[in-house]
Amino acid sequence: MTIMQPVGVLSFVALSAVLFALGLYGALSRRSTVMVLMSLELMANAININLVALSRFSAPAEMTGQFFAVFSMVVSAAEIGLGLALVLALYRQRKTVEIDAMQELKG
Amino acid sequence: MTETVNGAVFLALSFATIGGAVMMLSTRNVVHAAFWLLEVMIATAGLYLLLSAEFLALVQVLVYAGSVSVLVLFTIMLTLRRREDAIRPFEPGWSAGVLAALFGGAVLFAAERFFSQPRPGVMPETVPDVAAFGEKLFGTWAVPFEIASLVLLVALVGAVWWSGGEGR
Repeated sequence: MTIMQPVGVLSFVALSAVLFALGLYGALSRRSTVMVLMSLELMANAININLVALSRFSAPAEMTGQFFAVFSMVVSAAEIGLGLALVLALYRQRKTVEIDAMQELKG
Repeated sequence: MTETVNGAVFLALSFATIGGAVMMLSTRNVVHAAFWLLEVMIATAGLYLLLSAEFLALVQVLVYAGSVSVLVLFTIMLTLRRREDAIRPFEPGWSAGVLAALFGGAVLFAAERFFSQPRPGVMPETVPDVAAFGEKLFGTWAVPFEIASLVLLVALVGAVWWSGGEGR
């Protein structure tokens, strides 16, 4: 019955670490800008799970982690909106969404 | 009397999130990847329910599963000229994989090593409901709430400005 036994905060931290590592891999390895933005969302999601789990297991009456997660969701929603608008603007100029096409600032 | 998180439910939900993330990164079709991201977001809402954060689960479904995935799908549709463009070439990115694996391993090791927990699985029982959440949000956190709405307004205007037409 080991599978039915209660889960501690360490399991949630481990889950969010694995999710964050997967998002990091996607953000660093993909060539499509839309895929990079989706991987960033995955990383933000992992952070939010971490915040909510730590708040629930340490001080649930304060709910500080939940409020931080709400504000983090606001920021990441703004980020994905601006990022996709940027992708559309660059697509209008270059007719591509490849991340290799964006290298004006390359030294 | 203490509350616990059921291990079987947690295992199912974590399998759904991690499996969805792996499928999102391993599929070569961008549209399929967007739908796998949607699946990950919905499973995360289930995790929030498990942590008795009902309002956050609702917001997660509304914001991520609702609007963000639609936004991503619209961008994919607007930036593809042919149907074949959705299929990406295979891009393993070995160095990025090694870096991410090292990072994840370090975090897992640190969590396992330095996390002191008196009794595993036991969490405090007092859980405020959504009404208490709302009272705190508009009481203690009123100023950050207003700043967040300002951030959203600026992001909205900026997104319209960047993606707007040629007529300026």
